[in-house]
Amino acid sequence: MMASAVAIAAPVPVVRRDRQRLIEKLAGCGFAFPAFLLLLLTNLVPLAVLLYLSFTNYELGALDTRFLGLDNFRKAVTDPVLRRSLANTFVYVAIVLPGAVGLGLLIAVLLHRRKRTRTFYEVVYFLPVTSTLIAMATVWQFILHPNLGPVNGMLRAMGFGEIAFLSEPAYVLPTLAAIGIWQLVGFNMVLFLAGLSAIPRDLYEAAEIDGCRSGIDRFLTITWPLLGPTTMFVIITTSITAFKVFDTVAVMTRGGPMGSSEVLLYAIYLEGYQYFHMGYAAALTLIFLAFVLLFSILQTFVLERRVHY
Amino acid sequence: MARVELKSISKSFGGVPVLSGIELDVADGEFLTLVGASGCGKSTLIRIIAGLEPQSSGSVLINGAPVDHLRPHERQVAMVFQSYALYPHMRVFANIGLPLMMSRLNLFERLPIIRMLSARRRRVMAEIESEVRAVTKQLQIDALLERRPSQLSGGQRQRVALGRAMVRHPAAFLMDEPLSNLDAKLRVHMRTELAELHDRLGTTFIYVTHDQVEAMTMSDRVAMMDNGTILQIGRPGDLYMRPANLKVAQFIGTPAINLLPAKVSSAGSVELFGAELPIRARRPAGSAMTLGIRPEAITLAPLGTSRPGMHLLPGRLRRSENLGPEHMLHIDLTSPASGTIICSVAGDHEPLTSDSRGLALLFMPSACHVFDVEGHRIDDVEAASAAAAPSSDPHARAFGATLCPLPPKAGEPCAPCGGPAARTS
Repeated sequence: MMASAVAIAAPVPVVRRDRQRLIEKLAGCGFAFPAFLLLLLTNLVPLAVLLYLSFTNYELGALDTRFLGLDNFRKAVTDPVLRRSLANTFVYVAIVLPGAVGLGLLIAVLLHRRKRTRTFYEVVYFLPVTSTLIAMATVWQFILHPNLGPVNGMLRAMGFGEIAFLSEPAYVLPTLAAIGIWQLVGFNMVLFLAGLSAIPRDLYEAAEIDGCRSGIDRFLTITWPLLGPTTMFVIITTSITAFKVFDTVAVMTRGGPMGSSEVLLYAIYLEGYQYFHMGYAAALTLIFLAFVLLFSILQTFVLERRVHY
Repeated sequence: MARVELKSISKSFGGVPVLSGIELDVADGEFLTLVGASGCGKSTLIRIIAGLEPQSSGSVLINGAPVDHLRPHERQVAMVFQSYALYPHMRVFANIGLPLMMSRLNLFERLPIIRMLSARRRRVMAEIESEVRAVTKQLQIDALLERRPSQLSGGQRQRVALGRAMVRHPAAFLMDEPLSNLDAKLRVHMRTELAELHDRLGTTFIYVTHDQVEAMTMSDRVAMMDNGTILQIGRPGDLYMRPANLKVAQFIGTPAINLLPAKVSSAGSVELFGAELPIRARRPAGSAMTLGIRPEAITLAPLGTSRPGMHLLPGRLRRSENLGPEHMLHIDLTSPASGTIICSVAGDHEPLTSDSRGLALLFMPSACHVFDVEGHRIDDVEAASAAAAPSSDPHARAFGATLCPLPPKAGEPCAPCGGPAARTS
């Protein structure tokens, strides 16, 4: 009884304080452990395996595997297939990015002030986002079919010749990009709509009094600058999504004709699961991840600072 | 410089009327305040004047010409918003200069990059810069030109918003609760500054506020609004001394006016808690009315005091609030009267209020504001014959340490009785 009274009055002994801290640390680690385990199993371990595979000549089902060091990466640098698929991917991104961002913004601005019809249009434009792209790709294949498809039917009816959208090397990437835009526009529109509703109405009224006569004035003075953060986010997510294009290529063109639609992810898929060069595919995947990382870093460090005020 | 007239302006939102038949004539160079509780339609009215909201019917005239068909920027009015509505992505310079850039540069001269090609732009921008600098110097924010609104304090933002309005030399300034986002101390300061700015510019100001102190202190005239109509327009003193409506009386003045239920007696005079006051109201006997007494119109005296011409109500102190120069006393009325009265007293009231038996509240019946059941002021009250005046000399009683309610001059001891002076209104 006496001892405990003294203990309360006196400062807490050093040993007890240390024990307290240790218990707190253990408890903290305990709480973080399940999440860490999940991260380890689903992300970090596969990444480590990928890294290891990229240094080997492992082939699916092979019995012995040799360690190659950086040979796979050396090969990748000079590989014409990789170079072509990278170029195709960049062309694809270069079309999809401005298309999906610009159209998404345009639709959002048009819809923002509508009252009754807004929900209807939102649903219509958002539907492609919710649908399975592989299934939709099949539909697109039919729509764009040279003989049976309605698009070419319409072109014929208007007196133009047929266009082989998916088998003409010059058209195939723009066609795939158009489908990519169709799929992304709804999502971008929703993001832009959220950004638009965050702009205070007062600003538009002040601008109106200050002499912003036309819609263009209002857009340039208020809307566009204040959508900066949203636009940045949309650009980053769109470019990463576009960079990851795979489904439409796999279903509709299989990289053809003559590799003119072979994109990075499809090239990796071919190496890994068609030719069973797992080691080389792992090296290509790492290169792919490096690009995605680059986009993310761009967002985190450069643009976050530029757009916020 | 402009005269702003409103001709029977009405506005309804989806069938719900917010303004009905507003008539207002704001003289050139006048500082007119629209005051009222929130939701009374004052902001809608100023937005109609600005052109941000179309009226359902009626007409807005600026300098005698209807402006109903004109867009906001064509009306030559500037507006200061409650939120200031500064452009967050622009620096102070661009925020203030925007109205000039919009009116003096064409679309190509404002487009990013393309504008670099214009030589005229450079010349115009130099002009604009000197004008912006002149305005910012006046407002003492010339050191802040390169800042963004997020880097400014509330008071500085307020000045930028003012600068943006001033730089155009508008015909009229419209201000929608511009001070309500500032802290109390700064608000008092900006009140003075705005009033001085108005004196300096000599431009018409139309000012919206829910704060009656702002309305009373700054304006040439005040229009008190309620429920979409203007209850009373007049000089601040008029609204205080002769409120046309019970709502005006309640809204204007802190602490609020004391209201007591009264009725017309069978003899035709005003009856308060069973006692007849020496004032008559030309209303049928028995009709109910409300008597308003300003807190400073009441004087305190020891229980049992009576004064010629003054009416007495017995009461007991509930609590007192010390405001420094004066005390705000909350007094519960005791039988036959009931209710609570607030009155303000300068100086020491302890000797009076410490009396546990209670104290007497005295007021001149003529200082009362009388309102009928609908809340309209009854103007045709008249003093009844002097029959009710007590014969005893008011100063016959020595007041001793208590306050004399009838001193010849505020602050001086009363000559007849020698008592210290109570505050006179």
